[in-house]
Amino acid sequence: MSILVYTENWDGKFKKLSFELVSYAAAIAKEMGSSVTALSIGEVADNELNKLGNFGAAKVLNVNDSRYNSFDNRALSMAVASAAQAEDAKVVIFAHTNLGKAIAPRVAIKLDAGLVSGVTELPSNFSPFIVQKKVFTGKSFTNVQVDADVKVLTFSQNSFELVETGGTAEIVAFDPQLGDDIFATSVKETNKVTGKVLLTDAEIVISGGRGMKGPENWAGLEEMADLLKAGLACSRPVSDEGWRPHTEHVGQTGKIIAPNLYFAFGISGAIQHLGGVSSSKVIVAINKDPEAPIFETADYGIVGDVQKVIPQLIEGIKEM
Amino acid sequence: MKILVLINNVPDTTTKIRFTGDNTAFDTTRVQWIINPWDELALTRSVELKEAGAVEQISVANVGAQITEPTLRKALAVGADDAIRIDAEPKDAFFVANQLAEVAKDYDIILAGIEASDYNGSAVGGMLAELLDFNSVSAVSGLNIENGELVINREIDGGSQVLSISTPVVLIVQKGIAKEPRIPAMRGIMMARKKPLNVVAPADADAKTTLVDFTLPPPKAACKMVDEENAKDLVALLHEEAKVL
Ligand SMILES: Cc1cc2nc3c(=O)[nH]c(=O)nc-3n(C[C@H](O)[C@H](O)[C@H](O)COP(=O)(O)OP(=O)(O)OC[C@H]3O[C@@H](n4cnc5c(N)ncnc54)[C@H](O)[C@@H]3O)c2cc1C
Repeated sequence: MSILVYTENWDGKFKKLSFELVSYAAAIAKEMGSSVTALSIGEVADNELNKLGNFGAAKVLNVNDSRYNSFDNRALSMAVASAAQAEDAKVVIFAHTNLGKAIAPRVAIKLDAGLVSGVTELPSNFSPFIVQKKVFTGKSFTNVQVDADVKVLTFSQNSFELVETGGTAEIVAFDPQLGDDIFATSVKETNKVTGKVLLTDAEIVISGGRGMKGPENWAGLEEMADLLKAGLACSRPVSDEGWRPHTEHVGQTGKIIAPNLYFAFGISGAIQHLGGVSSSKVIVAINKDPEAPIFETADYGIVGDVQKVIPQLIEGIKEM
Repeated sequence: MKILVLINNVPDTTTKIRFTGDNTAFDTTRVQWIINPWDELALTRSVELKEAGAVEQISVANVGAQITEPTLRKALAVGADDAIRIDAEPKDAFFVANQLAEVAKDYDIILAGIEASDYNGSAVGGMLAELLDFNSVSAVSGLNIENGELVINREIDGGSQVLSISTPVVLIVQKGIAKEPRIPAMRGIMMARKKPLNVVAPADADAKTTLVDFTLPPPKAACKMVDEENAKDLVALLHEEAKVL
């Protein structure tokens, strides 16, 4: 019996989130008297695979096959399910990302498992298996009981501390033996965000709302983002107006993020906006309206004009 | 091409979240129900494709009790041709996907929202695809049909892709699939009254999960304010006190 983790890599390098998943899985394995098997699909070198051992993986199943680069949902779920069966996995853990959300439900059906998506904590109980997740877009939590032998979880990023164990993992090649006809997704074009911090991976996020007044005023936010290696985000009207690309829109209908630090410049704090950012550890609001609802959620705030505040913050950061 | 759009009936996004029965159930009193925002965008795009002549028929389906009928009528008013309501209280995603599998097999394209704004499950679309053994694509932010071929935009974690895939297929859609949700016009509302809304008995299926209880996040401490003139002090606070810089 084992705990299986589906890791995600980006151009052959694991995302930090994959290490977080392995740490989380290792904590579950300890409670269940089990061990962690990490599954890597794609083209990842051995020295990179070895890193998973340092976060608690006892074994790494390596599916080194470029056909999976098309992220075909059906093929990926077949591969994960066959790894889960080969390892007799009782818990299968995905990240709550686009990819995790795409394949976890399919895998749950294949394994006749119960699925809980967006978990934020370790299970509070193992028999019955009970784990907490967010509901109502961050406005509440619920405890979910899983009434199936196998559990599939998608885990919300930035909810668990990385734990380095100094361990090493046994790396084993794994071939789910899928025929070419299974890979139905034919990718024509891929546009990767390069040279920028990925919004969903960023530990610090700098976000602007309608109070920024126009796209020409973003230079200060971009400079801050460069200095702090932060990701850039915006409210919905800002992306609707075309001031910023849609990929930066956060909130209930955009991306859901949980950085350590979220800066809201000229954002009123509508409930749909907060739905995407309220899990941030620290929220900072800069708004000229002292009554803006964002101040009810923020940890630190300045009532003032963004144009006056931004240059001072940049100066402060440079002096730091 | 025949499209089925899955329609979830959810509380309006500004609803104040309260619970009853010792925090074991969501309090639905005074709740305004709406079409789940992503489902509404999926429906809007379907109607656009039908107007462009790329789609012949749009059905909508919901698993729910009779109280969801106004939401289905609204979907008909936006432009769906017929509606199916599977008459059961949704228990969990597994249960709902099993109900939908009974009515979904004959469609070329099934559109599901990337999540429901209430229980944030992100599961029904993928489960349904697996039950039907259909292909699926998730985080779809664009759909075009060119000479019967699907051209799909999807978001990946760190970029976007353009791809094609054969039907039948389940597309799990997000923002971008349509620009703005379409508001039903008076004529649409009148026509919707005469469109078929078929009520189907539920299939035999279990749930695999139960919601034990709910908690609200702890109240936040008051926001610590810094003067506009001394904005630099904020950097120091974030560095030394909050330790996030
Ligand atoms: C179904 C649905 C889904 C939605 N999903 C999302 C979502 O995912 N994300 C999202 O963001 N929104 C979403 N919205 C929209 C949301 O309700 C708000 O309209 C939106 O978040 C407001 O954006 P904003 O704060 O940038 O603009 P506004 O509400 O206009 O706020 C601008 C703020 O800037 C301040 N300001 C103005 N000038 C200055 C200045 N010079 N200096 C400092 N402050 C200044 C003002 O005081 C004000 O508080 C959704 C709405 C609906 C109905």
